[in-house]
Amino acid sequence: MLQGWVIVCASFAYIGFLFAIAFYADKRADQGRSLIATPYIYALSLGVYATAWTFYGSVGRAASDGIGFLPIYLGPTLMMILWWFVVRKIIRISKINRITSLADFVASRYGKSAMLGGLVTIIAVVGILPYISLQLKAISTSFNILLQYPEIVMPTKAGVTRVFNDTAFYIAIFLASFTIAFGTRQLDVAERHEGMVAAIAFESLVKLIAFMAVGIYVTFVMFNGPGEIFDRALAEPALAKLMAPFEGAAGSYTSWIWLTMLSMLAILFLPRQFQVAVVENVDEKHLNKAVWLFPVYMLAINLFVLPIAIGGLLHFQGAHVDADTFVLTLPMAERQELLALLVFIGGLSAATGMVIVETIALSTMVSNDLVMPLLLRVTKLRLMEHHNLTMFLLDIRRAAIMLILMLGYFYYLLAGDAYALVSIGLISFAAVAQFAPAVIGGIYWKNGTRLGALAGLSAGFMVWLYTLMVPAFAKSGWIAEEIIESGPFGIELLKPLELFGLAGLDQMTHAMLWSMLFNVGAYVGVSMLSRQSAAERIQATLFVDVFSQTGERTGFWRGTASVSSLQSLVGRFLGPSRAADLFDTYAKSRGVASAEELESDARLVRFAEIHLAGAIGAASARVMVASVVDEEPLGVDEVMTIIDEASQAIAHSNELKLKQAELEVATRELRTANERLRELDHMKDDFISTVTHELRTPLTSIRAFSEILHDNPELDSAERTRFLSILVKESERLTRLINQVLDLAKLESGAAEWKIAALDLRDIVYDATNATGQLFKSSRIELQTEVPDRLPTVVADRDRLMQVLLNLLSNAIKFCEPGKGQVWVSLRQEGDEVRVDVRDNGIGIAQASQQFIFEKFRQVGNTLTDKPKGTGLGLAICREIVGHFGGRLWVESEPGQGATFSFSLPAGAAPAE
Amino acid sequence: MAKAIAKRSGRGQRLICVFLLGVVLFNFPILALFNVTETIFGIPVLFAYLFFAWALLILLIYVAIERSQ
Amino acid sequence: MSDPTKGVTPRILIADDEPTIVLSLEFLMRRSGFVVEVARDGDEAIAKATTFEPSLVLLDVMLPRRDGMEVCRALRANCGAGLKIVLLTAKGGQTDLDRGLSMGADLYIVKPFSTQDLVASVKQLLGADSA
Repeated sequence: MLQGWVIVCASFAYIGFLFAIAFYADKRADQGRSLIATPYIYALSLGVYATAWTFYGSVGRAASDGIGFLPIYLGPTLMMILWWFVVRKIIRISKINRITSLADFVASRYGKSAMLGGLVTIIAVVGILPYISLQLKAISTSFNILLQYPEIVMPTKAGVTRVFNDTAFYIAIFLASFTIAFGTRQLDVAERHEGMVAAIAFESLVKLIAFMAVGIYVTFVMFNGPGEIFDRALAEPALAKLMAPFEGAAGSYTSWIWLTMLSMLAILFLPRQFQVAVVENVDEKHLNKAVWLFPVYMLAINLFVLPIAIGGLLHFQGAHVDADTFVLTLPMAERQELLALLVFIGGLSAATGMVIVETIALSTMVSNDLVMPLLLRVTKLRLMEHHNLTMFLLDIRRAAIMLILMLGYFYYLLAGDAYALVSIGLISFAAVAQFAPAVIGGIYWKNGTRLGALAGLSAGFMVWLYTLMVPAFAKSGWIAEEIIESGPFGIELLKPLELFGLAGLDQMTHAMLWSMLFNVGAYVGVSMLSRQSAAERIQATLFVDVFSQTGERTGFWRGTASVSSLQSLVGRFLGPSRAADLFDTYAKSRGVASAEELESDARLVRFAEIHLAGAIGAASARVMVASVVDEEPLGVDEVMTIIDEASQAIAHSNELKLKQAELEVATRELRTANERLRELDHMKDDFISTVTHELRTPLTSIRAFSEILHDNPELDSAERTRFLSILVKESERLTRLINQVLDLAKLESGAAEWKIAALDLRDIVYDATNATGQLFKSSRIELQTEVPDRLPTVVADRDRLMQVLLNLLSNAIKFCEPGKGQVWVSLRQEGDEVRVDVRDNGIGIAQASQQFIFEKFRQVGNTLTDKPKGTGLGLAICREIVGHFGGRLWVESEPGQGATFSFSLPAGAAPAE
Repeated sequence: MAKAIAKRSGRGQRLICVFLLGVVLFNFPILALFNVTETIFGIPVLFAYLFFAWALLILLIYVAIERSQ
Repeated sequence: MSDPTKGVTPRILIADDEPTIVLSLEFLMRRSGFVVEVARDGDEAIAKATTFEPSLVLLDVMLPRRDGMEVCRALRANCGAGLKIVLLTAKGGQTDLDRGLSMGADLYIVKPFSTQDLVASVKQLLGADSA
């Protein structure tokens, strides 16, 4: 019954059904009724971790060293516990920054470095090739074995001399077409594929059911339950050894531990796991269920591995049957045709699931982080001329998918027979584990630099190539085998399997030890020695502090571009109608009716950049956006000009008190200043236009009262004095504003001078409270300080920190009710940081306002006394200062309950610059 | 709000504890205790232990996550 | 519809949230012989427009709660063309000007303004200079 055409038809029917599922899920997604928005589908889609390696290879491994296959699944279980910390953070970062692949993630973290993205892509592609070849090997082997039914014949590759006669070749072609059809139908800004996820979740169910079916059949039908299998095994010394496979105190325990760690990293960094866990994640909350559901899935699919392995060893005693095929050959031997076919389909689903997701993830990397940056560099001008690049991008991805599968096939031809399934897979695990230092370091350690990441990844990858790939090629006879026995050029110390003379470890442990040592060492070492650029520092903070960020960052674009040029840029990659939709939606969120009415500010530029990043990667998006944006450095000169004009006006205003006759001159001066301001207003820069607005308010009062005084000489002296005092106050306000604008401009442009020294914050708190003592007294507000006996020093500028504290203290006074107000200042060490809290029992700050009070010119109005005093720049300046020394400034508050402004500075650390 | 934060960090701590327990359970020297060629209810001791410990760990993760919801 | 200046002293509503600017406007308007009332935010401006029944509103664009443009549109809709509306703004862009006039304002004045021009414009709008 199991002729070739039956198997092929069954396979196609199965694949057809997958398509139906994917199609239906995509349709539901388009209707906004997502099929996959449940934690159960999310957990099942994580099951893409279990590939043909699990399905066929686990039994093979168990047949040779008993329980030794388990670390591959125990590691992920342990990692799932940490997921709640690590993956939640990665998901949050990726969603905010529209990151669509691991390469993009690393590139984006280290200052949107195209080179880093390319390196990650190359490591991922090269590293995953063995793994893909494993799937091809598994499908073609199982197909060829099933074809011989009822005979059980192990296929040999001897018969495969010509590629076009090889089943695996056609399988590779078929899988590539299938993946292309599945994953590259359209270009999505978020790179999400709902249909694919639904199909993958279904495949996870199929392979679980198929494997459990064989397990139950072998255990309870062929044998009389697990008791019989294990009793018979114990009776034979060779098999009894498998029950307690650990030897000695160190040997196999070491590899057990390394395998556990390796698979802990693999579940995070395999491109397909990143794809389903991060990119395809619909809702962060799904993690809560997935972290225990997914381990349950892994436990279930492993339950029968050992019984099948031992059952197979008992059944095929002496016969030449590869243990990697027991899952299939046991039902065949018992003439269970349907079960054998089900197993084949199960194995097919395990392999196709892996290949689809993996190649889609890799093709996204190849197109966004390798090809696009290169094309932009090489033929930048010509590429820019294209109006619709959507199809072009999709074609790159299709080509990448085909190429990856073909390379996988050639790896299979070259090295496929040298190893068992499990060993091939482990080589890939070790490759992706190289991403761990750069990624984990990147989300928890702000000082990791681009050069550090480049050094670490390169070093780890080199060691991986040398200790795992070189021996694999040597074993398959592709390069001379002497290199394994006597080292390159006869240098014993460099033997790939005993690097630097380290012998006695199994190959995987040996490779992991050295590659991780080099990788982490280079990453940390070079990071410490190199400096971060401004872009890197911004990205580092965005990533590490993702959970403490409030509000939307406007990013570091300080330029503008016309709305239409941005829209057409996005349109070139996503299609004009999609871009129009995006911009209209964005316009609505900003409160204007259509995209044409949008103000082209930094926020809009960032919006465009982020959406572009979704399609072509962060590094390329930056290049593209830069091409249409007129990026201006902070216009210090312009600010200076306004300020010069305005200062002259003030100078005149102040003299009004002395000499009324000069009022007329002043008025004329002010009029010129006003003309100048009007001109300056045409400049579209957000900041400048806000500054002019803020300057005009006091200027209005000054001019109005100057003219009133001038035109009404008959005013009585009381009224005159009153108006003059308003003039003085408004002039002071203008002066303060100008000073702060200048100060902030200096800080932001990096032109500020810093007097850096190791400081004891207790002294500064003491001085600041002394300086404000009188103000507290006159406002009848109580001030309490709490200072520890011992405190590490911080490295900072004394006057600047004083400025921060004074600002926070005077803010506290401003928002407290005289007579009832209380302010507490406390100072303490927290980990390796020193933290200062300034708490008050004033009116507090509404949740919504907390997000923007640190922005320029964003003040929170006091409902009791009309308008807040101050310029609206104080907190922005404070944040700049604290940030400069590597610290953070934030607020916690509930309306009516007072507010706590806190800042922390690294203890004893060197300053950021 | 303060309560929500406390809840979250409590969950974090519980998860860390479960993780550490898992590291201990799946490691030398505990594994060495069960590395014997004997069976319990007809199942090899090491095999039975690992799957039991695994199931226990999953149960603890479930409790750590779901109890705080 | 009816001429608001006939027989009675014209009433002027000042809507601005800057105390010193309000003070100067109040002084200028009183000196020119108008009855003055002050609103500190957009909502108050709309409320006072019905109770106080001004002939002319001096309206700041950047008002708290409800911005001047919105208030302008609401006033135009509620009170008809008889009410004169003068928008005051510290933003001087052409787009703002166009937008302000499209919201139904009679005049758009950029801060800082000439007090003489302002008073003259107000009088002209009210037809008071000829009375």
